[in-house]
Amino acid sequence: MELYGQQIPSRLLLGTAQYPSPAILIHAIRESGAGIVTVSLRREAVDGSGAGFWTNLQGLDIRILPNTAGCHSVKEAVTTAHMARELFGTDWIKLEVIGHADTLQPDVFGLVDAARELCADGFKVFPYTTDDLVVGERLLDAGCEVLMPWGAPIGSGQGLRNPDALRSMRAHFPGVPLIVDAGIGRPSDAAQAMELGMDAVLLNTAVARAGDPVGMARAMTMAIEAGRLGFQSDPMDRRDIAVPSTPVLGLAEFR
Amino acid sequence: MKIIVNAEPHEVTAPTLHDALAELGFTSPAIATALNGSFVPRTARETTRLSEGDRLEVLSPMQGG
Repeated sequence: MELYGQQIPSRLLLGTAQYPSPAILIHAIRESGAGIVTVSLRREAVDGSGAGFWTNLQGLDIRILPNTAGCHSVKEAVTTAHMARELFGTDWIKLEVIGHADTLQPDVFGLVDAARELCADGFKVFPYTTDDLVVGERLLDAGCEVLMPWGAPIGSGQGLRNPDALRSMRAHFPGVPLIVDAGIGRPSDAAQAMELGMDAVLLNTAVARAGDPVGMARAMTMAIEAGRLGFQSDPMDRRDIAVPSTPVLGLAEFR
Repeated sequence: MKIIVNAEPHEVTAPTLHDALAELGFTSPAIATALNGSFVPRTARETTRLSEGDRLEVLSPMQGG
């Protein structure tokens, strides 16, 4: 998979939050084979207590995708993106401009404005967006080369609320990498996204909050690979009636 | 002078952002700064002067989704 000119070895993007321990986080990342992990920025304590997390991640050979999670305005998101670029040494940014505190759904108007500003400033923007085609068009016009439609609200684990909309996105943006971001709860959800022709899946809570995060990380990777291969292998059409799979010709008659 | 650091009031004597960070005890190299809502690059901290009531944000890497 190629994103902004970079070859990425896995179609799983994994979040790093909410794991039971730092050791389990690192184990889950390794076991998943994820090529990209997402990170964030928060207020620094004077004692530097947050530094251990970043030191652990730097030990892994993995690409970092910082986010602007929690930003509700264009200015907050843009400022956070600049801070992330310096802090993590990457111009990749997962752009979130949150529009609603309960649903955490994107403010797509602010998102397009922030994307335009950041793309013009040299950022490689990964916009967390809805499955709206017109918003997708605007984001591409703004300079984005990847779209990240939600599957369901962040952290809800509901799976794909609107598979038809994702199918439409795939048809409408045939050459654009599409990454389902948010809402995945189970491996079957990830497989479904990939069967619809999505290029990758970004998830966090489904792995971090599983009883066995390391096992779930593996399961997600296998589901993503299976779904992708299923999409590439052109699934059969559905039928309304049964059609015998065993040949009828030569069937014995016992009378 | 009194400035707001990560939403908490602090008293600092250092005139520049660079010196104020040291005075406040931010010793980690893995921090990024914003003053009054605008990003201040690491390279500009020594020339960025502080004023009474400035709002400073000091951020560091954190887990995220």
